[in-house]
Amino acid sequence: MTGSNSSRGVSRTGLAAIAVFAAFALLPVAAAAMGDTFIVFFTIRVMVFAIAAVSLSLILGQGAMVSFGHAAYLGLGAYAVGILAEHGIWDVTVSLPVVLLTCGLFAAVTGAISLKTRGVYFIMITLAFGQMAYYTATSLSAYGGDDGLTMWGRTEVFGFAPLGDRTSFYYVVLACLLGVYLLARMIVASRFGRVLKGAKQSEMRLRAVGIDPYPYRLAAYVIAGMMAGLAGALLANAAEFVSPAYMSWHRSGELIVMVVLGGLGSLLGAIVGAASFLVLEELLSHITEHWRLLFGPFLILVVLFGRGGITGLLGKGGRND
Amino acid sequence: MTEPILRLQDVHKAYGALKVTDHVNLDVFPGEIHAVIGPNGAGKTTLIGQISGALAVDGGTITFDGKDVTARPMHLRARSGLSRSFQITEILPEFTARENVALALQAQQGHSFRFIRNVARDRALNEGAERWLGELGLAHRADTPAGILSHGEKRALELAISLATEPKLLLLDEPMAGTGREETDRLVEVLTGLKGRYAMLLVEHDMGAVFALADRISVLVYGRIIATGTPEEIRESAEVREAYLGEEGAA
Repeated sequence: MTGSNSSRGVSRTGLAAIAVFAAFALLPVAAAAMGDTFIVFFTIRVMVFAIAAVSLSLILGQGAMVSFGHAAYLGLGAYAVGILAEHGIWDVTVSLPVVLLTCGLFAAVTGAISLKTRGVYFIMITLAFGQMAYYTATSLSAYGGDDGLTMWGRTEVFGFAPLGDRTSFYYVVLACLLGVYLLARMIVASRFGRVLKGAKQSEMRLRAVGIDPYPYRLAAYVIAGMMAGLAGALLANAAEFVSPAYMSWHRSGELIVMVVLGGLGSLLGAIVGAASFLVLEELLSHITEHWRLLFGPFLILVVLFGRGGITGLLGKGGRND
Repeated sequence: MTEPILRLQDVHKAYGALKVTDHVNLDVFPGEIHAVIGPNGAGKTTLIGQISGALAVDGGTITFDGKDVTARPMHLRARSGLSRSFQITEILPEFTARENVALALQAQQGHSFRFIRNVARDRALNEGAERWLGELGLAHRADTPAGILSHGEKRALELAISLATEPKLLLLDEPMAGTGREETDRLVEVLTGLKGRYAMLLVEHDMGAVFALADRISVLVYGRIIATGTPEEIRESAEVREAYLGEEGAA
């Protein structure tokens, strides 16, 4: 919706976004007042997965590319940081470029092949690439193989350790989430984003006006892979541990659930979806270890009654942001 | 004599034993409206598909604007000025009418690897889009999602999108398909207004529209062109009558 509609839409989504980020920003203060440290750790995890969910939302929600191997980028980002650390390289000026390059390259190669296919075939081929990454990680015996890799510290910035302190680590992750979210929003609202959204609706129409959707899809796929890689790097730092489990197809499925739960087509929804998923997992797993039995019906209800996901249920605030 | 903007030479295509395009030769000259008529299943849409690049030819050459485009992919043909409308409406239903046309304008302005500026606030695109919508009587529908426009409005939007690509040749695949009398009359009026500004290859079932608009008509039967001529010549041709017009008249 252009013109008047969009300015109204932007301010509404903008308000919702400000509310969400303000809540994240104030949380450590509230937690300190309550003397609760668990919730800060927990919310770091939420924000890390929110970054991955936003990146998936960019290709899934805007471009209808249902990647079932998105967790591979979480793992690649985590392993890049972990392996560098194993060799004594801790500085972000090395690790961040390595993370982004690794994930960007993996996305470019696998995306170039996967994006030749559509629908179920795309789902299967991204799943296959994800599993390849997973099994490669389990066979890296020099880096822990199945058991994973423990990091004896966290990423540093020019010898300083801003991630060492819990609160500053929290705000670094929050800043990353905010940056990724704003970047994704800008991309969606741009000419590039319009091509992406158009290609989702009719490829034939795009070709007929002179646009080949393929390079745009591939670029979006690479951008999303790099964003998820950043989430992986943060995840490795949060856990001080890297494991092949980060790349398992369950994890890829959970990322899809987060995006769908929050509302397809809404970037803010992906953040809300990631938070809801992890909070529900936490609460329900206290009730029973078979928490998915309870979570499943909940997801079905959200999908049935709120086609816009949670953000759709909350007053249609988050569509197309 | 002027060069044709579009020239098909010996274009053929078969699906197995079925010859859907049987050694077709056809010219469209600048400013001309060349209609292709024929019974259902004659291969008209398949022919449009091959000209636009959506379908590959088995053999023959397609020359557009002096260049051999036979092997050129669809989006590059579109960008060089070969614009196609669809028999079954092919619009972007979630986009507004304005956004549909703006995307066509955007495609004319080079690549879209532009990530920073908000496209919804791009005044040049929006105003350009509104101009085309106005030309086709859709100005009041600019903010309406294309998916909920009426059928006739969708047909008009389809034409607006085509025109916004600054075509040298319009390939119109049954632009009147499924429209009511009143909408058909309006589309004929619009196309009459565009006549001379664009060369058009018009595939249409509505004989009233065809004979009102076309400078020349080719008759396609079983993938083969059996006659090409002025509307008068086609009307009087015994072969055409037998193959097509008579049939239609009797029906």
